[in-house]
Amino acid sequence: MKMLIVDDSKIIRQKIKRSHGMKEILVVGSAANGEEAVFIAKKTNPDVITMDLTMPKMDGLACIKEIVDIVPNALILVISALADKATAIEALKLGAHGFLCKPFTDFELADAIEQLVLETPHG
Amino acid sequence: MDESNIQVFINSVVHYFKQLNLDNVAVDTPYLLESGDPLAYDFTGIIGISGVRKGCVYFSCPKVMATNILICMGEIDSTDDDHCDMVGEVANTISGNARRDFGPEFLISVPVVVQGEPQRISLPKDARSIVIPIRWREHRAALVVCLK
Repeated sequence: MKMLIVDDSKIIRQKIKRSHGMKEILVVGSAANGEEAVFIAKKTNPDVITMDLTMPKMDGLACIKEIVDIVPNALILVISALADKATAIEALKLGAHGFLCKPFTDFELADAIEQLVLETPHG
Repeated sequence: MDESNIQVFINSVVHYFKQLNLDNVAVDTPYLLESGDPLAYDFTGIIGISGVRKGCVYFSCPKVMATNILICMGEIDSTDDDHCDMVGEVANTISGNARRDFGPEFLISVPVVVQGEPQRISLPKDARSIVIPIRWREHRAALVVCLK
């Protein structure tokens, strides 16, 4: 499976790359904002996308709106510090499949990605 | 800003460092920043707040602490860019987590990072700044909450 990591923090991108925990996943790209993510998604057609929400240029919610049209079968896990329920619900309505709140441990990340991949019905 | 508002940020600080698995992080008694001059160490990540509250929240720490936190996060060879990234992410995460209590109209900006030079941090003049002191090993850092 191909994964795209979207987060404006390089440290978080590297942490996700190191700690996603699934041998079947190959990280094919990383993006620091929504615009970059849309561009890379078109080129790489990822199966899994981790998506931050608070980012410059294009935020995560706007990016999800665009990216579900580009790669409709991609599984999107939002990884964000925005801890209110309304934001999580909005992300899910827009097409995300899961939500992991920052700060997260390596175990929580691996668990969230495993659940996303193994338990989400594919469209 | 009342005590319960400050407790939200204290809880976020404690939760953040617990999740990073840092040993013995302590939060000391918060105090009012009386001078009006911003308190800052070597690296500061600032989040602008708008919506139901206005002002800013910032996290500031010395370089040696930033380096050691990054080592605990698996970043062995960190640069000043990494230190900036880290303080921005800490401020973003703690502020974002506060929406659990303050709701989705507590709007947060992307981080602005300042290296040194506390005079570059401009605080709202009509809001009180509360300093939440943070201790980890021999290091001192602070979360500063300045909200109307």
